[in-house]
Amino acid sequence: MDMMRPMPLPRMKEESEPQDAGAPIAMSVRDLRAGYGGAPVLNGVNLEIREKTVTAIIGPSGCGKSTLIRCLNRMHESIPGATCDGEILLGGRSALELDPVLLRREVGMVFQRPNPFPTMSISQNVAAGLVLNGVRDRALIAETVEKSLRRAALWDEVKDKLDAPGVGLSGGQQQRLCIARALAVEPRVLLLDEPCSALDPIATGRIEELLLQIKDQLTVVIVTHNMQQAARVSEYTVFMLMGEMVEYGLTRKMFTQPADKRTEDYITGRFG
Amino acid sequence: MNDALYTRRRMVNNAMFALTAVCAAVASGTLLAILGYIAWQGASSLSWDFLTNLPKPLGEEGGGIANSIVGSAKVVGLAGLMAAPVGVLGGVYLAEYGRGRYAFAVRYAADVMNGVPSIVVGLFGYALIVQPMKRFSALSGSVALAIIMVPIVLRNTEEFLRLVPGTIREAALALGVPRWKVTLFVILPTAGRGILTGALLALARVAGETAPLIFTAFGNRFWDNGWLNPIATLPHTIFTYAISPYQDWHNQAWAAALILMIFVLLVNVTARVWLRPSSGTSH
Amino acid sequence: MTTAVLDRVRPAPGSRERAGDRLFRLAIAGFAGVILLATAALAWQLASESAETWKTFGLAFLWTSDWDPVADVFGALPFLYGTAVSSLLALLIAVPLGVGAAVFLTELAPKRVAEVLMFAIELLAAVPSVILGLMGIFLLVPAMRALGAPYGVGMLTAGLILAFMILPYITTITREVLLTVPRPLKEAMYALGATRWEVVRGVSLPYSRSGIVGAVFLSLGRALGETMAVTMVIGNNPQIKASLLEPGYSMAAVIANELAEAASDAHLSALVAIGLTLMALTVLVNGAARLMLYRLGARR
Repeated sequence: MDMMRPMPLPRMKEESEPQDAGAPIAMSVRDLRAGYGGAPVLNGVNLEIREKTVTAIIGPSGCGKSTLIRCLNRMHESIPGATCDGEILLGGRSALELDPVLLRREVGMVFQRPNPFPTMSISQNVAAGLVLNGVRDRALIAETVEKSLRRAALWDEVKDKLDAPGVGLSGGQQQRLCIARALAVEPRVLLLDEPCSALDPIATGRIEELLLQIKDQLTVVIVTHNMQQAARVSEYTVFMLMGEMVEYGLTRKMFTQPADKRTEDYITGRFG
Repeated sequence: MNDALYTRRRMVNNAMFALTAVCAAVASGTLLAILGYIAWQGASSLSWDFLTNLPKPLGEEGGGIANSIVGSAKVVGLAGLMAAPVGVLGGVYLAEYGRGRYAFAVRYAADVMNGVPSIVVGLFGYALIVQPMKRFSALSGSVALAIIMVPIVLRNTEEFLRLVPGTIREAALALGVPRWKVTLFVILPTAGRGILTGALLALARVAGETAPLIFTAFGNRFWDNGWLNPIATLPHTIFTYAISPYQDWHNQAWAAALILMIFVLLVNVTARVWLRPSSGTSH
Repeated sequence: MTTAVLDRVRPAPGSRERAGDRLFRLAIAGFAGVILLATAALAWQLASESAETWKTFGLAFLWTSDWDPVADVFGALPFLYGTAVSSLLALLIAVPLGVGAAVFLTELAPKRVAEVLMFAIELLAAVPSVILGLMGIFLLVPAMRALGAPYGVGMLTAGLILAFMILPYITTITREVLLTVPRPLKEAMYALGATRWEVVRGVSLPYSRSGIVGAVFLSLGRALGETMAVTMVIGNNPQIKASLLEPGYSMAAVIANELAEAASDAHLSALVAIGLTLMALTVLVNGAARLMLYRLGARR
């Protein structure tokens, strides 16, 4: 019965402010509730994501971590029957009142399984976001393709076959292609929904490396079921359980001295 | 174990399967028989002159079916031009937004139209266009054929669009691309091969239709003139020649049948071979 | 109370993208609507053009058998009869053949062989009906005559040609249905020592029954409306004869033969009335077929 006691809301200010008072906030989430066709998945989540950091969201499957990041760029609402309520701020503007199309140009996303466009070549895949939004300047497109592929640590592997089909690459390369594609529209925030769950350890390692490199230019939020991955790539970690945010703080601290008993149980492998 | 009983069961087993093998042989052998017979009967009358000349006046031997070939191409081509946009974009609607009552009605209407006999569609073309304009015309024939094509292309497009994984749509939406552009420039090309193949097959199907053309395109023994006059078509010419009393016309009917059959087979085989590498299935 | 974001968020004023989406959606809904429009127009045209016939003869049009365009007396029974009899004959011939072929191709034939044979059978469905009619006139009719039929043309000849037209449909759909029979069911039967045929009879065919019935109805719908092949071999005689070897007539055939030459409005109206009846019949039969196949889909 102890678990039924109402938990105090996590007090992130107290926990995180002393360490980096200077880092501005990229996105903040207030009392976010979301669900599918009447079944609630998120029951009031509060979160502030720091600019140019990597924030990891961990928790057992079904805890709502994917739903949470899918709300951040409103991919959530593309599912019929999906509901979403609360407040999401992107640099002071309300994300839920922005045009979702414009919001997604600023908040990009990479998905669980690599999903390059099957009819497009490698370079067309990377350029897709620009071309579909009306950019015609060939020089600019070529420049962006190269820059994005370099940032996604894929350039050296594909520079001689930019016109080959994107789906011809290996799984790990495809996922980096998808990251390059997302980076090409120059989002301020990049969301990754378990980007390595379909990849082998070496491919996973490459992606983790590139995440550490790109975060000096943009904010990264990554959902992962892999706690080691969260520990390796993120500065901040969010632990979620049954649609609630249980704990949020510096990764280093959470993995060494978790504030909440449930976090400790999860991290030490006692459930989930 | 009862050996006699077992032997009997084995014999029944073998006999029944021999019987089904005969059924399969009949079903698949029919095609070969038809192809072989048409080739045998048609080849002797087939010549370059036959393909490039007009029919001779009644009573004279010889002549060709050039006007029927061109006429079929015109009527079927125009039908395709009318039906493809309607069928493909309507199919996009059903696949992308097709949840409500309106979409249900559209799907239902397409299924109904798909089952309507082609002679009834011809009747419709007659009442809709021929009667008000008081003339048989290529246009009315094309409209009739287009009405037959639309439901086929529509449902085929919907099916192939539904095979496109949702993750492709999500990837494009997440790039901040408006939904209509995602649909037209990402989803549609991904299903493009299947949609195109389906449209080609529908085209081949209506190219062999005779019933809807009897009182729309009507037939013509001369070069047709524009879209608003009677026009000869290959299947209709085959029909007219076949039920005529003249041996020479019978021979020409076989030769024309050979040409129509080659066209239909070419499209069908190409479509199937072309579709095979993709993951799409026909049902 | 949470609300769907899509409902809560109004598009920002002047937002081109949202306006484009709405425009696109409306435009393609319009394209989809063409089929609704065509269906409604078709039904309306047939109804209004045949109104005269229904007014003059009432429903008795369907069960009287005088067809005399000169005297403007019309009764459609001989055509209804011919369509029904030739279609049923076709089913009688094609159903056992098609189901048998499907069983062979699913249960017994090696995969490669089955693929090649299925290809040939599917191509048979693509053969234009006028070509089957041509085969009928010059191959089947003389053959029937040689076998003792007085005219060669007639009900049975039409039934035979129709059988070959619907054979591919029955075979293809039955095969697809047979392929959905769950393996464990069959294996359970094999484990009891059943022969292959016993498994087909005891498990596969009963399991596929509603799908096969669906295939039969679908083929019936095709057979009822088939025009050219029937017109060319049925004999075109608007009288009901007891013998299947005698010439008959069908609904589609009489429209094909007489419409272009219909001299009077009454004649035209009677032909359209037959067309309307034919359409109603096929819609009913196809509806039944879809119901059967849908049930199967729901179970799958």
